[in-house]
Amino acid sequence: MTFSPQLEQRFAKMLTRYPEGRTRSAVIPMLIYAQDEVGAITRDVIEEVAKRCKVTPVQVDEVVGYYSMLHRKPQGKFHVQVCTNISCLLVGGEELYEHAKKKLGVGHKETTADGQFSLEEVECMGACSWAPAVEINYDFHHHVTPEKLDQLIDGLRKAH
Amino acid sequence: MAKQLYNPPSPLETRILSKRFGLEGSETLDVYLANDGYKAFLKAKEMAPEAIIEEVKTSALRGRGGAGFPTGLKWSFVPRTSPKPRVIVVNADESEPGTCKDRLLMEYDPHQMIEGILIASLAVQAHVGYIYIRGEYRYLVEAMDRALEEAYARGYLGKNIAGTGWDFDLYTHTGAGAYECGEETALLDSLEGKRGIPRMKPPFPAVAGAWAMPTLLNNVETFSAIPPIIRDGGAAFAALGTPKNGGTRLVCISGHVNQPGVYELPLGFPMMKAIEEVAGGIPGGKKLKAVVPGGSSCPILRADECDIAMDYDTLAKIGSMLGSGGMVVLDETTDMVGFALRIMRFYAHESCGWCIPCREGTTWMKKILTRFHEGQGRREDIALLGELSKNMLGRTFCALGDAAALPTISIVEKFTEDFETYLARQEVMV
Repeated sequence: MTFSPQLEQRFAKMLTRYPEGRTRSAVIPMLIYAQDEVGAITRDVIEEVAKRCKVTPVQVDEVVGYYSMLHRKPQGKFHVQVCTNISCLLVGGEELYEHAKKKLGVGHKETTADGQFSLEEVECMGACSWAPAVEINYDFHHHVTPEKLDQLIDGLRKAH
Repeated sequence: MAKQLYNPPSPLETRILSKRFGLEGSETLDVYLANDGYKAFLKAKEMAPEAIIEEVKTSALRGRGGAGFPTGLKWSFVPRTSPKPRVIVVNADESEPGTCKDRLLMEYDPHQMIEGILIASLAVQAHVGYIYIRGEYRYLVEAMDRALEEAYARGYLGKNIAGTGWDFDLYTHTGAGAYECGEETALLDSLEGKRGIPRMKPPFPAVAGAWAMPTLLNNVETFSAIPPIIRDGGAAFAALGTPKNGGTRLVCISGHVNQPGVYELPLGFPMMKAIEEVAGGIPGGKKLKAVVPGGSSCPILRADECDIAMDYDTLAKIGSMLGSGGMVVLDETTDMVGFALRIMRFYAHESCGWCIPCREGTTWMKKILTRFHEGQGRREDIALLGELSKNMLGRTFCALGDAAALPTISIVEKFTEDFETYLARQEVMV
């Protein structure tokens, strides 16, 4: 498999950041950026990352299962992450998550049939003072109401 | 990106670290330089490492990540004459539920943190640093990268910084979703490309940290506090707070308040004043029920315990913690069984699985709290939750086990009546 020239450039730069012989350090950043481009951590991604970081594929593989943002299967094009942790919980985070389930017709870590949206109930994202919060891919949305979530989702649907 | 996250300045605040928030272009080097930027670094460059560390000790600055360890003392543990190179690591893995302050410091004043790191590099004689940013904060990785790029381009990072002859390289490093990586040794394993599992201490990171090199590890806010300390003197910073609790800190107020937000308050600020005046009180004229004083790991306070000064030692005296500055306010309508369950679901999800008391303890307590919450509770579950929690305390490599146990013990003991209500409701149903 091949990565885009931009990603290769990012990887090359990444590998120079760590002390000599410590290229294993680039494994996690490399995985998440590769996932952003490829859509999932596939067998090929693991092998490519292992090659670049000079580690064995199993040393990459064992990391994938640990970090919650790394996925072996593709997420939706828009990954909707609704926080229900304490600060969000107190101001309607759970209701918002229930609403998101109905709106998208999918549950926790599921993807819509058209592959456009996936949903995840997530832990605290650091938006406590602007709760309830939703992150879609890497974009934060604060003070989200069910109506605002509908608008966000409908807007993304229309645009794509 | 959503609109600005900082609040309009409140007269009740003491804006030291956040003083540039709201200035047009506060994230740029030019605005930073025009507003006291790099005065502290140039001053520190003329000081001996010991003198810098002394100044930080005098400031009575304590770690803002949660543990509250005296920063100057931590710096003094790093063997700066070691034949091994020293490394600086910034903990920007802000993940403690209720905490959302480091975001602002990185988004609105990245150069303040960079200058703080540079001063630390002089103190421990390090020439490289890494900012470990949680994966969910991708926009901040990008914001920090822009700031770093600007600093490099203008000679404030790299070789011969600001013409002083000092060299320092600084990089960002993204995580990929794991609360555990906020724990400093797990963070180091993650930085090394591994699963984030805590290490046995000693050796402490100061002696053998990243890649077994002597490592200075502090939170974003801790580093951001360094420039004002060096610029205006440690004594001035210390005087803002209470004895042994120097300065100000960013308090993240969330939950049942009219004006949730991140406010910079001096250490020792009255908690009730923070709730009622700074954050505008509880909506709908409801009564206060409880406060999580510093992130979900802290033992919860009953309303009648909240008439206190917010500093590390006062909170410790009443059996809780000031933690990470995440203050969550709960009104009288809050169901504490549901609240305890949500906290335990979090810790069960985030337990890295390395230590059995934590891995099994959180999972079983989640099961018990789930059945209680669903109306299937048993009277003996109340005592069982307390007993399981107490069996986890101090029996794990890192503090995650304690972080799950402590709030649970406090909720079960202080809000037993909420559990009783569930049992009474079940009896009626039968």
